[in-house]
Amino acid sequence: MKNIDTFLHVRGESQFVDDVVVPEGLLYAAVFSSPIACGKITRLSLAAAKEIDGIYDILTADDIPADNQIGNIIRDEPLLAESEVNFIGQPIALVVGHSAEVARMAMQAIEIEFEELPSIFDAREAYAQGQLIIPPRIVSLGEIEETWQKCDVIVEGQVESGGQEHLYLEMQGAFAYSTEMGGVKVITATQAPRDVQNRIAKVLGLALHHVEVDVLRLGGAFGGKEVQATTWAALVALAAFKLKKPVRLILRRDEDICMTGKRHPYSSDFKMGLAHDGKILAYEVTYYQNAGAFTDISPAVLDRTLLHSTNSYFVPNVKATGFCCRTNLPPNTAFRGFGTPQAMFVIESAIFKAAEKMGVEPSVIQKKNLLQENDEFPYSLKVKNSQARRCWEQAEQVYQLEQIRQDIQDFNSSHSFQKKGLALMPLCYGIAFSSAIFLCQASALLHIYSDDGSISVSTGAVEMGQGLNMKIRLVVSDIFSINVNRIKVESTNTTRVANASPTSASYSADLYGNATKLACLKLLTRIKEFAAKQLNTPHTKDIEIKNETLYLRGKPTELTWDKLISEAYLNRINLSAEGYYTTPNIHFDQSQYKGKPFAYHVFGTAIIEVTVDCLRGTYQINAVKLVHDFGKSLNPLIDRGQAEGAIVQGLGWMTLEELSYANNGRLTSGTLSTYKVPDIYFAPQEIQVHFLENSENPQGIFNSKAIGEPPFIYGIGVYFAIWQAMKAFRPDLQMRFSAPMTPEKVLLSLYDNHIQLMKEKKNGSL
Amino acid sequence: MMITFILNNKKISTDLPSGMVTLDFIRRSERLVGTKESCREGDCGACLILVGEWDGKAVSYQSINSCLLPLAELHGKHVVTIEGLNNHGLSPIQQAIVDEGATQCGYCTPGIVISLTSFFCNQSHFDENQAIAALDGNICRCTGYQAIKRAASQLCRKLNSSVLSDTKKNHLKWLVDAQILPHYFLQIPEQLHKLSLANNEVATKNASEAIIVAGGTDLWVQKPTELYNANLMILSQRKDLKGIRIKQNSYYIGATTSIEEIKKSHIIHKFFPKINDYFKRIASTPIRHRATLGGNIVNASPIGDLTVFFLALETSITITDFPNKRKLALKDFFKAYKQVDKHNNELVEEISFPLPTQKTFFNFEKVSKRTHLDIASVNSAIQIVIDNDMIQQVHLSAGGVAPIPLYLSRTVNYLRGKKIHIDSIREATSIAQSEISPISDVRGSADYKRLLLRQLIYAHFITLFPERFNEGEVLR
Repeated sequence: MKNIDTFLHVRGESQFVDDVVVPEGLLYAAVFSSPIACGKITRLSLAAAKEIDGIYDILTADDIPADNQIGNIIRDEPLLAESEVNFIGQPIALVVGHSAEVARMAMQAIEIEFEELPSIFDAREAYAQGQLIIPPRIVSLGEIEETWQKCDVIVEGQVESGGQEHLYLEMQGAFAYSTEMGGVKVITATQAPRDVQNRIAKVLGLALHHVEVDVLRLGGAFGGKEVQATTWAALVALAAFKLKKPVRLILRRDEDICMTGKRHPYSSDFKMGLAHDGKILAYEVTYYQNAGAFTDISPAVLDRTLLHSTNSYFVPNVKATGFCCRTNLPPNTAFRGFGTPQAMFVIESAIFKAAEKMGVEPSVIQKKNLLQENDEFPYSLKVKNSQARRCWEQAEQVYQLEQIRQDIQDFNSSHSFQKKGLALMPLCYGIAFSSAIFLCQASALLHIYSDDGSISVSTGAVEMGQGLNMKIRLVVSDIFSINVNRIKVESTNTTRVANASPTSASYSADLYGNATKLACLKLLTRIKEFAAKQLNTPHTKDIEIKNETLYLRGKPTELTWDKLISEAYLNRINLSAEGYYTTPNIHFDQSQYKGKPFAYHVFGTAIIEVTVDCLRGTYQINAVKLVHDFGKSLNPLIDRGQAEGAIVQGLGWMTLEELSYANNGRLTSGTLSTYKVPDIYFAPQEIQVHFLENSENPQGIFNSKAIGEPPFIYGIGVYFAIWQAMKAFRPDLQMRFSAPMTPEKVLLSLYDNHIQLMKEKKNGSL
Repeated sequence: MMITFILNNKKISTDLPSGMVTLDFIRRSERLVGTKESCREGDCGACLILVGEWDGKAVSYQSINSCLLPLAELHGKHVVTIEGLNNHGLSPIQQAIVDEGATQCGYCTPGIVISLTSFFCNQSHFDENQAIAALDGNICRCTGYQAIKRAASQLCRKLNSSVLSDTKKNHLKWLVDAQILPHYFLQIPEQLHKLSLANNEVATKNASEAIIVAGGTDLWVQKPTELYNANLMILSQRKDLKGIRIKQNSYYIGATTSIEEIKKSHIIHKFFPKINDYFKRIASTPIRHRATLGGNIVNASPIGDLTVFFLALETSITITDFPNKRKLALKDFFKAYKQVDKHNNELVEEISFPLPTQKTFFNFEKVSKRTHLDIASVNSAIQIVIDNDMIQQVHLSAGGVAPIPLYLSRTVNYLRGKKIHIDSIREATSIAQSEISPISDVRGSADYKRLLLRQLIYAHFITLFPERFNEGEVLR
């Protein structure tokens, strides 16, 4: 079924924060931020800037009425810098004026001086200097030290994966005005309205009920508006509160990229031991996570990394250690996958290195170690309902893997410079808020209007393109058996649904779908009881609603949905209900790193094929072919779109998307002309999606499975496919593990011998 | 001075500054918020609009990035935003996007609708690959493009059969009947015609102090604030500076000819059959609609694609200060980084270069991080005249390897008179290294750019004379 939200999108009628009709007297804000990565502010003078025509006021940390603090897990992040700055782009002052242009212009008149301090941008260097945000975290299983001597093959290596800019098309922004009784109302684009409400209340010293946060929809988020949307909402709330004027702040693209955190870069060490037959016996890994200047939710990201250290494989002896390292980059944050892709890139690298050493196809090792029923994860949970092998084997069959291999071989032997490569990428992805068990709760509020039977649903979840509102409608429409057009999903508002968990972890369709389902069932029971009474039957089981008509013992009655609802109202039946859901049977012991932190797991396998131009170092992604475990999809059109979108983002992370910094920490790829994300030509020529059949998932809403994040993982396969193609050109090449694999890295690797010669020649001639 | 145009179905006259960008005008002044702001540098397509121009017979529509389009350029035109395309129901384009799930968050979607609409306005046969090419200026971060490609493909199939059965109609009438455009579009030609009669140009106050605007696609990225209230000389109003012709064994291309016009020109295709392949890697369709040959040359970017392309064609450049003209070799035009041999009161009028002969071989190479809509790490062009297996004449250029778009004179001098043989090519790549001075920047390290130029010189010869080389030789 089509997503009816998209009717508005194609007509340009969907409203985003910057599109909302604004009140008279609106003021515009711009953020003055730190130009240096680390230092003390020795002088700050706003006088000249305040004199500029059109400037209303400039707010700094001194203007914050209560607590200058927006830290999420740890209280270490000021809303506005006080005496020191810790990254380039850290907000120092909010300039408020009669236009955004004049506010930005006035920033140039702000006088500021610093005492610069040494800065760190590298995670390992931060670790060496003891800059750890939290104590090391360790997950282990079996007896790793005793196992090494039993291994036939041992490989070790270092793996780098880069950061990634979210590049949601809609920039961060918010709009706020003061309300009676001294409160504020904020219209913003956040994945976490509750967090925004909490932080604003603390910053302004208000009770939470005086802070209303409303979110209509987001123009993309991908994790980038989970924690990082708070700053901008809190800044306009502060301005509206202090100045008693409506204030709007929309970041410009370059400001957004410069000031906000990104996917965490990781540097990792691995050691893997295997038996002759390819069985993995032991795996030891250490992750150095580059967390940036403040904690944000880096520890939670690190948790997920550790929990996914072994991807889709059973490894009997594991030790994974994670260091959350403080550097002077913007605080890194949630991004689709939430630490999982970083973990999986490392174990895949280890497997490819082992395969290189053993002279076997990497897929032999991958397949041999796939999770089987009751195999144990490093956190001691035994896997249930594992689809790992089924997905892999179906991918082999459906796409005729052997034929693909043969075609590639034929192509490579008949082409000199063009070489094809292939890699398989399996995944196993845990669903739920892992270590933050308390977030696994959700509520929904449902109203049926008496005169026309139309329905309004409010949940704590935010629509950001993932099709959640449509899925909620499908749940309601399915339970009441009514047309989806009768159902409207409202904006996400803290006054209608309180204490909502962020829309993240791919888990909102499950959480809010279930909460909505419970609300619907409450109403359905009431309606059926009422109808039974009206129709003089003692059994509600005789009553059924089908296609908007009430049926009695299988026969249609005159009561259509509208009539039924209208009758119910006249008979004083409550037509509103709240549903509240918590995930059953999950628990996690943070001190031991053991437990059942996930409701279920998602599985899948992808085959990735690329062609590398070994003369120019460029490449084309020919195909991504997957067998993916969607459970029983709620909406195949939406789910397929989620899979395709996630895959292309994953491909981007592994290839083009490169964050470059100057020595002083300034981002040099902070615009769309310098930070390249996939375009329509870069995207694979084809993505084939095969829905795994007969995968039941009673833990998901209507047997479905979460879809937002897991397919991102498939993108990792492209890294290895590119290397396989390069090795077809130069068989002596040894793989290195440093993503993204840009065309520059491809060419420099293919011709490393020539580069060496060129340098020697240059030095010799001097 | 009033700027007068038609915005969707409404005539607009405004005295707002002519340097204000159209995006701000439509979103802020007119509150047409369907057009989205995202990058403000022409790199995402969220702000695309259609601009229709009356040519005396019909109105032709092009997709344009409204973030880089000054109000002055709207004078006498038809400006169409997503709101102006909305009918009572969905257009077939909008419907296909809904059907295929080709929109998720919806922020890039109006731009996608505009690009596809522009495509169907400008073609009479709809090829799927060309429809996809029309989307080369649209970034979507949600869908991974597969559903968008499916929508484009579905549309081409469906609309091809409709357009074929309706060949008698004029295209505009067909577009309206097919509900791609709303009914009011039928009145636009007449309205624009009337506007053009009543119309005089947006006058430039003082020509010698004015900022010369060709396509503006770099100017409004670099200094939009400065341009907002500036005195602008809008060259697009000078029709005499536009056009492509062949005269006395030479090509002449007017300075304000757009990249897209060159790409599509039948006259160019005659001697450059691969021009489409070369030029589709330059910018994006909407940028190519605006960006001009002259602008690319005068901008003097060391990596300018057109400049590097024409440097290898023995191009001359004609400069005028009204009425005096002078002509010089393009390779002598560039003096230092962003410095050219041109005074403020001078204007580049046209370029010219000799027609290729049957013995002439030409190739253009460009490598950038992303193949499309990206700035090159290194680009290069070569033209070779071969006689009896001997290189009789050769011109070789490269961008991204020096402060200016570089003509590789020493390499050229060496190659002239040599046979096409791996040894001479290898020596040429080595000489080229001594002519260049690349720097490390966001487009790549200096080492990479050096290596890349070497590879691209090989690529020229391997592309032009594929039978003569094998990979072992290049690897050595």
